[in-house]
Amino acid sequence: MEKEKEFYERLNAKGVSRRDFMKYCTFLTATMGLSSSFVPKVAEVFAAPKQRPPVVWLHLGECTGCSESTLRSMYPWIDELVLEILSIEYHETIMTASGDQAEENLHNAIKKYDGKFICVVEGAIPLKYPGYGRVAGKDFIDIAKEVVPHAAATIAIGSCANFGGIPAAAPNPGGYTGLGEALGMEGKIVNIAGCPPNPINLVGTIVNYLLLGKLPALDDLGRPLFAYAKTIHDSCPRRSHFENDEMVEEFGSEEAALGYCLYKVGCRGPETYNNCAVAKFNDGTSWPVEAGHPCIGCSEPQFWDNMTPFYEEL
Amino acid sequence: MAVGVQIPENARIIRNLLHGAQVQHDHIVHFYHLHALDWVDIVSALSADPKKTAALADNVSEAPWGGVSYYKSVQDRIKTFVDSGQLGPFANAYWGHSAYKLPPEANLMATAHYIEALRLQAKAARMHAIFGGKNPHPQSLVVGGITSVRDLSPDRIAEFLYITRETQDFIKKVYIPDLLAVASFYKDWGGIGGTTNFLAYGEFPETSAEPDSLYMPRGLVVNRNVGGVRPVDQTQVTEDVTHAWYEKGDAKHPYKGETKPIQENPEYRPGSGQYTWLKAPRYEDLSCEVGPLARVLVAYGKGHKDIKPLVDSTLQKLDVPVQALFSTLGRTAARGLETIAVGDRIETWMGELLANLKNGDTKTYEPWEMPDSGEGYGLNDVPRGSLGHWIRIEDGKIGNYQYVVPSTWNLGPRDTKGVLGPMEEALIGTPVADPKQPLEILRTVHSFDPCIACAVHVIDPDSNEVYKIKAL
Repeated sequence: MEKEKEFYERLNAKGVSRRDFMKYCTFLTATMGLSSSFVPKVAEVFAAPKQRPPVVWLHLGECTGCSESTLRSMYPWIDELVLEILSIEYHETIMTASGDQAEENLHNAIKKYDGKFICVVEGAIPLKYPGYGRVAGKDFIDIAKEVVPHAAATIAIGSCANFGGIPAAAPNPGGYTGLGEALGMEGKIVNIAGCPPNPINLVGTIVNYLLLGKLPALDDLGRPLFAYAKTIHDSCPRRSHFENDEMVEEFGSEEAALGYCLYKVGCRGPETYNNCAVAKFNDGTSWPVEAGHPCIGCSEPQFWDNMTPFYEEL
Repeated sequence: MAVGVQIPENARIIRNLLHGAQVQHDHIVHFYHLHALDWVDIVSALSADPKKTAALADNVSEAPWGGVSYYKSVQDRIKTFVDSGQLGPFANAYWGHSAYKLPPEANLMATAHYIEALRLQAKAARMHAIFGGKNPHPQSLVVGGITSVRDLSPDRIAEFLYITRETQDFIKKVYIPDLLAVASFYKDWGGIGGTTNFLAYGEFPETSAEPDSLYMPRGLVVNRNVGGVRPVDQTQVTEDVTHAWYEKGDAKHPYKGETKPIQENPEYRPGSGQYTWLKAPRYEDLSCEVGPLARVLVAYGKGHKDIKPLVDSTLQKLDVPVQALFSTLGRTAARGLETIAVGDRIETWMGELLANLKNGDTKTYEPWEMPDSGEGYGLNDVPRGSLGHWIRIEDGKIGNYQYVVPSTWNLGPRDTKGVLGPMEEALIGTPVADPKQPLEILRTVHSFDPCIACAVHVIDPDSNEVYKIKAL
């Protein structure tokens, strides 16, 4: 209780009321598809644990968009994630250490937290020419083989780490693949899909792990069902326009201004599993379809090859 | 351009707004989260006196938060973090290095603002989501205009204005004062890390006439001759692959450019061999720095009405000569100064949008058709620097598509004549107090805001000992 009181006092000092905090926990609990009885438990996860769960975040073949997306987390704020909730032991973009010292941090973390850390992997792995991607002289595949087996749980974040993403797009000169395939660990690694994914889905997965001691239930592509069970089409607020055959046939048209269905200008919503329409991005500000743009199917495997040309009807 | 379409006024304005928001957001993140800790020692902040820190902050900044209890609580927060023994991303850095010059109070102030900026950037990114659907990777930009026609509504516009003003407030009251306060302790960096030639394609067209109407102008500065800004002709751009991991070939203009990665595991062979994935872009065979410093120098040389007074007053405040711009400090300062000008200009663009909407002009898209053949290019300046796209259309499809991005300009390798890339040039002569902790190298590398992970190898000429530093 004392700890909890202290926690809320600290939140208050940062301008977050207990009510706001519980609202967030309720939202997160709902996003994760848990019953409302879990709300206080979700709150507990964030209530300043004695030892913050260690996280090792690897960057492989990627654009750092998934890290950027995570930096946009507003509930909890990213400074809380970094300073009070998690212990980010290794993350090349935000860590201050460089060179040998950075490498040391990685190896120290693996040793100190062997079997206990959460490994987050951003980026794809070249298998045809492993040397296409290296950090500190080491091939990406060797880094993944060295780190992932020591993790308590591994989360692949974003299309590249999930399915190869843009580095794996045809003609894929380096022979890039996703992490699960590269390590032969499909089904054992959580895929938070998207380009980039919504940070709420990463936070939700981590909370699930901390709360229940296990990873969330996954679909056959390794994506958490709490976020990826429904298609964009099924949860789309423009769905009634589809049913009524009210279609946008050209951007900038009267139909576009009326917010009609984007199916005919190439929306991949019917084939894409994600919770964009419900969770929305950047504190619920918007999502692509709300901005009048068809879904490009970025949470599906090989979307650069399979979902293109983007603006042609399915 | 390749498909012969002129986008409507509103689309041009929305693109400027999205782009201006990107400048505000990116430059704050770069300064605080990717560069500040090269100058600010967090560990030293622990020994600061919160009272003195509050007094210092009152003196140098107009931050909306502050006071003794505020700085005490920030210090307590860091202390709790350090006492936990889990130093996370701050472990094993160069804390206590002799090149850190700020007093503990300035370190505490800057650390507090580092944390505030983490939150602010998440809020600022919402500007992109308003007209772009999400951030990162907004999705409303299409050939012919933009798709977010339904977001040109009073509530969305008000929300955007509210956020840009809050962000601009932070920029003027916190970011710039912090920048100047930090710079005043590191004036010697006004003589380190400079380059020679500067290229800016320019950005923010204010009518359909480009490049004449660009708010940040297009131009080339050769051999630091800021008074003689030259026009830019895209036909003079080439990329050289002599030292890059691509199939050998002559330097080519992007219309004829090729991207053929070597079909083997690349080996790192600096000097005469291949050592990078980056090609070496050149303008008339010149290696050119791009980015905020290039843009500010071009604007300054052209007597830009907003940039020139900002630069002059900053040089005066820091009591440094114009030559100090050609440096690591100049690069970092230019980024901040540009943010003031662009952030202020957002209000003007929004005013134009509102006027159009009031007059009933809601057009955001111009229909177009893919021609059987054609070619075209797009030049603009994104936060990190000049970005060019070149397309050739053949048989109604994309026949070739090349882009030359800012970090390729800045961090590219030597060319066939052995001319160094800008960052290679900038690092020459950098004083390094301790080769095992080359903090000084990181300062210059980070000042370019590189969009790559790169390795720097420091070799001690006396012992021939090699140290590897990853600058991330």
